[in-house]
Amino acid sequence: MIDQEIFRLALKSIFRNKTRTILTMLGIIIGVSAVILLVSIGQGLQKYITGQFENLGSNLVSVLPGKVSLDEGFSGGAPNFGGSKLTLKMTEDLARLGGSIETAIAAVEVPASVTYGKNSKYTSIDGVTANFGKVRNLTVNMGREVTGVDVALSRNVAVIGKSIAEKLFGATSPVGKTVNIGTRKFEVVGVLDPVGSGGFGIDINNFVAIPITSAQKMFGLNSVQVISVKAKSKEEIPQAIAQTKKYLAKFLKDDEFSVIDQSNLVSTINQILGVLTVALGGIAAISLVVGGVGIMNIMLVSVTERTKEIGLRKAVGAKPSDIRNQFVIEAVVLSTSGGVIGIILGWLGSWALSRFINTSVSLWSVVLAFGVSVLVGIIFGVAPAVRASRLDPITALRYE
Amino acid sequence: MSSSIVKLQSVKKKYLLGEELVEALAGVSLEIKKGEFAAIIGPSGSGKSTLMHIIGLLDTPTEGKVFLDDRDISTLNENERAGLRNKHIGFVFQSFNLLPKTTAVDNVELPLIYSGIGQRERIRLAKEALISVGLKDRLGHFPSQLSGGQQQRVAIARALVNKPDIIMADEPTGNLDSKSGREIMDLLKSLSREGKTVILVTHDMDVAKNARRIIKIIDGKIVSDGVSSRA
Repeated sequence: MIDQEIFRLALKSIFRNKTRTILTMLGIIIGVSAVILLVSIGQGLQKYITGQFENLGSNLVSVLPGKVSLDEGFSGGAPNFGGSKLTLKMTEDLARLGGSIETAIAAVEVPASVTYGKNSKYTSIDGVTANFGKVRNLTVNMGREVTGVDVALSRNVAVIGKSIAEKLFGATSPVGKTVNIGTRKFEVVGVLDPVGSGGFGIDINNFVAIPITSAQKMFGLNSVQVISVKAKSKEEIPQAIAQTKKYLAKFLKDDEFSVIDQSNLVSTINQILGVLTVALGGIAAISLVVGGVGIMNIMLVSVTERTKEIGLRKAVGAKPSDIRNQFVIEAVVLSTSGGVIGIILGWLGSWALSRFINTSVSLWSVVLAFGVSVLVGIIFGVAPAVRASRLDPITALRYE
Repeated sequence: MSSSIVKLQSVKKKYLLGEELVEALAGVSLEIKKGEFAAIIGPSGSGKSTLMHIIGLLDTPTEGKVFLDDRDISTLNENERAGLRNKHIGFVFQSFNLLPKTTAVDNVELPLIYSGIGQRERIRLAKEALISVGLKDRLGHFPSQLSGGQQQRVAIARALVNKPDIIMADEPTGNLDSKSGREIMDLLKSLSREGKTVILVTHDMDVAKNARRIIKIIDGKIVSDGVSSRA
């Protein structure tokens, strides 16, 4: 007896009973699509949050004034920007340090209002150094960035975020126009590309960057509030931290600066979200097992319902193994097709949801859901199939 | 007459019915020759069905020996019996036992599936068998679209399609009106004329009289065995 024939028999029997087929597959369809959908939501969340951190710049180590500890959840108190002993000179030295450090930038952040004609917006003004865009993953949409020359000459130039540009200038190009920041006049030299809302409650689209030296003059500051050190790669972050600490220790006391590794925070959050995703997938997987029990149920009913058919097949020469294989294949085909339909539905559902929240269908959830549904078909299909194969043909033929 | 195709030597069949040991066959010896048209007749509970099941390889005897074509079949396992059933025996049942929602051709090709014949050849043989029983115009019909007589013809085509030596018909006219019943009996008679061994099992003497030989069984024993008065 050719296996291909058994396969054809199983398919025929499945197509002959469409209602039963769909009802049987329903449990698996729901289970598989639930697994894929829930995992995609979890993964989407993870990607979203990781992306938020990457918006702030990757491979970054932050130097903050005062004693700050991430492990204690900022329990050391807010960074002491007022008493900051970090300087522009330190930033320039760090940028040139080499080793695992690619570059370093400094920033001060002061709130002020920006005015153009009648339009005014109160926002945060960032004093930045050159390479600011490169380190923070920001690019200019038109015009240019703040350059080293701007910083050296404390030029009154500004690069503004997309939202600010729209609010102050509407449809006209801001580049070359003059705005008032506080009481001083600044020439807009560039507009940033729009980015997703930044993490930590900072909206990059709403900020204004000016040379740090200009900002220091304007607000009477000598120090910088934060130095961002960019490591050459993710792997070199620990060395970059060590280098930074070693350099700063020459000038500052232990409690006058803190070096914070952003990637620590990201990996902790990722870990938590990973567990959440697996938990969601696990809960959905339970429904897959329930779907499997559904298949077994229907297959058992089907064996009883088809007792006469089984008797007849045996009478015309079907071996017990032929009957068993037919029923197992029926169960596997049912659960596999249910799995495929479930994958498609889960994918569609994830796509529909992606209009509202971040979702990301991951290959492992598809493979897992599909694998489990096939396995469920085999495991829960065998018991009814064995029962069918053991039926006595004489009794089966007499069954009404 | 040619040599014997079925031979039973003091065959006994006992089984437990609740706590009571029932002897369905109490030592039956019998020989049926190739091409014979024999009827096994007896009241219900006489053991005629058990006898048919043993000859038809659906059941095994408790005692005694059964030979099919001089081969001892009383000790074969289930798979071996399934294989022999497929090749040598064609069954016709009282209630037709056609698969519903399945066309006449698909019903008839069923035994061929289990003998490993390819699909194209199966369909050809199934059509040929259906044409031979006069259902040329009903090949793609479903059982529900056929009359009782036509359904039984499909069943006979199914019994014939594997070209078996023996056709076992268990009350083949029991569910039919008398006209269709006569037609089915004529069909069985013509099969026997073509050289098939036909074994008819019935409780109805009028039906049994269609056969050339009538074996009467009561309480698990053969009480008479002789040539039919009409034949």
